[in-house]
Amino acid sequence: MKRRDFLKATGATGLFILFRASALAAPQLVPTRPELYPADFNAYLRIGADGRVGCFVGKVEMGQGNMTSLAMLAAEELDVPLERVDMLMGDTDLCPWDGGTGGSLSIWQFGPVLRGAAAEARAVLMLMAGERLKVAPDRLEVKAGVVSVKGDPTRQVGYGELVQGRRIERHLADVKPKPVSAYTLVGRPAPRKDGLEKVTGRARFSADLALPGTLHACIVRPPAHGATLRSADTSAAERMPGVRVVRDGDLVAVLHEFPDLARQAAALVKASFAGAPMAQDDRTIYRHLAGKAGKVGVHEGDLQAGEARAATLVEAEYLNAYVAHAAIEPHAAVAQWKDGRMTVWAGVQAPFRVKAQVAEALKLPAQQVRIITPHIGGAFGGKAAGPQAVEAARLAMKAGAPVQVVWDRREEFFLDTFRPAAVVKIRSGLDPAGRITFWDCHVAGTSDREAEIGYDLPAKRFASTGDGGDIGTTSAGLHPFATGAWRAPAANTNVFARESHMDTLAAKAKVDPLAFRLRHLTDRRVIGVLEAAAEKFGWVGAVAPSGRGVGVACGSWRGTIVAAMAEVAVDRATGAVRVKRVVLAQDMGLVINPDGARQQMEGAITMGLGYALSEGLRFKDGRILDENFDSYRIPRFSWLPAIETVLVQRPDLQAQGGGEPPIVCMGAVLANAIHDAVGARVLELPMTPERVLAAMRS
Amino acid sequence: MTQTTSFNLNGKPVRVTADPGRMLVWVLRHNLGLTGTKVGCGAGLCGACTVLVNDEPVFSCSTPLEEVAGKSVLTIEGLDKDGALHPVQRAFQEHSAFQCGYCTPGMILGAYALLKKKPRATRAEIIEHLEGNLCRCGAHVRIVAAVEAAGKEMGGVL
Repeated sequence: MKRRDFLKATGATGLFILFRASALAAPQLVPTRPELYPADFNAYLRIGADGRVGCFVGKVEMGQGNMTSLAMLAAEELDVPLERVDMLMGDTDLCPWDGGTGGSLSIWQFGPVLRGAAAEARAVLMLMAGERLKVAPDRLEVKAGVVSVKGDPTRQVGYGELVQGRRIERHLADVKPKPVSAYTLVGRPAPRKDGLEKVTGRARFSADLALPGTLHACIVRPPAHGATLRSADTSAAERMPGVRVVRDGDLVAVLHEFPDLARQAAALVKASFAGAPMAQDDRTIYRHLAGKAGKVGVHEGDLQAGEARAATLVEAEYLNAYVAHAAIEPHAAVAQWKDGRMTVWAGVQAPFRVKAQVAEALKLPAQQVRIITPHIGGAFGGKAAGPQAVEAARLAMKAGAPVQVVWDRREEFFLDTFRPAAVVKIRSGLDPAGRITFWDCHVAGTSDREAEIGYDLPAKRFASTGDGGDIGTTSAGLHPFATGAWRAPAANTNVFARESHMDTLAAKAKVDPLAFRLRHLTDRRVIGVLEAAAEKFGWVGAVAPSGRGVGVACGSWRGTIVAAMAEVAVDRATGAVRVKRVVLAQDMGLVINPDGARQQMEGAITMGLGYALSEGLRFKDGRILDENFDSYRIPRFSWLPAIETVLVQRPDLQAQGGGEPPIVCMGAVLANAIHDAVGARVLELPMTPERVLAAMRS
Repeated sequence: MTQTTSFNLNGKPVRVTADPGRMLVWVLRHNLGLTGTKVGCGAGLCGACTVLVNDEPVFSCSTPLEEVAGKSVLTIEGLDKDGALHPVQRAFQEHSAFQCGYCTPGMILGAYALLKKKPRATRAEIIEHLEGNLCRCGAHVRIVAAVEAAGKEMGGVL
């Protein structure tokens, strides 16, 4: 693959790979070393004189635990203890290129690269040790970074002594990584490497950096999307002691030694704005979206014949609202112009992309820009681009001092790249035997990614408008503000629609919803996760609504398959839903860190309660009406269901992603459980008490 | 506007010369350099900025400096002693009761405040007590388990 093609495939203009994965049986295979990653293992690994291994990766840690799982891969191949691997992540000067952290790619795509590098490094180290100890390498073994002669452990040499902190100049071609059967670390739960610094408050996030002389910026923002700054009278702000105002084109910022005082001063700026916002609000948006013509992606079989064979037709529209990323850490960056270089510390998911953005904004050659990524306080796709890094860099250049930009919560809600609202329309039919005869699906507002999971559909069509599920899409004319990747882009939308629809069909066919799914499945992996979930949950088949409040859904993201089962209680007087229990089974191929995988599953279940039950952005005429956590309700402790996770053991399959897949079922599994409880089908996310009540009454 | 405010911070007396109406979190982070206390919402709606004032958890983003004059303030930096983690911190680490770690200092201090008063707090009490602390990563189930474990370990002794 040529570099240009690889960029295209990995979406250097959009971070996430676009592909249709309807054939799920075989997980996606990736080349051992996608060629944009450096071939030289020294780019990833440096062995110190003390025997510690420095592991340099362009990926970033934003809570998902890849600092630990990537360290495990390096430690496993090198045969060193996990504690002896030091991770250095997301520094564009020190780390090898990376396309960005997202799309559950760290293990699936980058894992083989790191493993390959470590395997080659180990083989070279063995060669060097053999020369030092004057034996053939095949007579050597390694334990905890010490190479010794088999049967004569007194003859030994440590990695640190062999390398003495130098770069290793030798290379070996075609070194095979360890077979899975030889793993001693991978596949066993490992404690997180970032634990100590996070429980002591010593973990540094972007806003925690204090460079001498830093000025804190508060940027003048428009009141609505579609409005642009016309003029800003900053005279009152400038009268406050210690205030400076910096203007760079349309960027106007009030600077002060303290961030709270910068914000106080900025409140005194009298700004006027021009421009016409899109005249949509959170209710009218659905008709606006549904009115756009779609592009057909898949069309197989004869839809008309399928419809003619159908004894029952089922047609429904599934809506989901715009959803905020709402990471607790706001966007933050510190920029410093020094000795002809711009260094920006910023919590961004794709530091190498942000490096290019900053260079472009400042009209600097890329080598004069360095991005350093400290810890990131949650991202979920919302920190894929780095606008705050560009803002800080522009202001630092103008101010002649280090500048820190930290958005407040109102800016977070205003400037977010929201998960796009969408309307999914599905028409389908059942034959008299209760089998699906056709499936016609139109997705408006986002892509049709993950709209299929391999159900046997004799005739099918999938069309979609917009690719608003991907990073960097402006959604011009489609959405009233920026949208972007939100944990498993488009999948939450499409799995909600498909799996809700499957339950409606199952009910029409008078078949248990699990049995109905299984009768339309041949994919062993999908069947496997459904069966694993059913066993853990203790699923007892019944036609819905059974009054028990149980639901099932399955989904996929990349090559990982998930199945969820849930039990809910619905308050018939208020429509409030209480989620009592969620079981989630996941087949992610080889599991690197089972405890890390479970953390992602538990977290996704908990986070998923939000988009399912309460999160939906309110807006009108370009103004975002939700500005903080009082009106935009994210899950809290009291919402917590009993959570049980099952990792389906598939060490024979390549490791797949784990950060996003476990969230994709949450809308559907709860919609199906609500239907089972009260017989009402809620077609719109979030399923607020009002909507549940309305569905019960209709 | 500017005046000197004295209080006890993590066991040591401090004097800060600043506008006493400024919110404590900014003073802690930027005047005193203690960045373990985080800003999440700026309006007392997320709990990331939780610190203890005379053993009571408060939102430091909504607590003016003048309110802590003469009082004792505890931040995450004051919880471990001589390099030894407090049992609540240890339990958070052992349970991996965090992901991104941004809400963690506030969570730990909130939990500490509860267990100091009530080491045998029930699961329901823990949940009620931490309801104002938001975690977007969804570490809740592990946080509850960690607080339960820390309570058991502390056994009423702090």
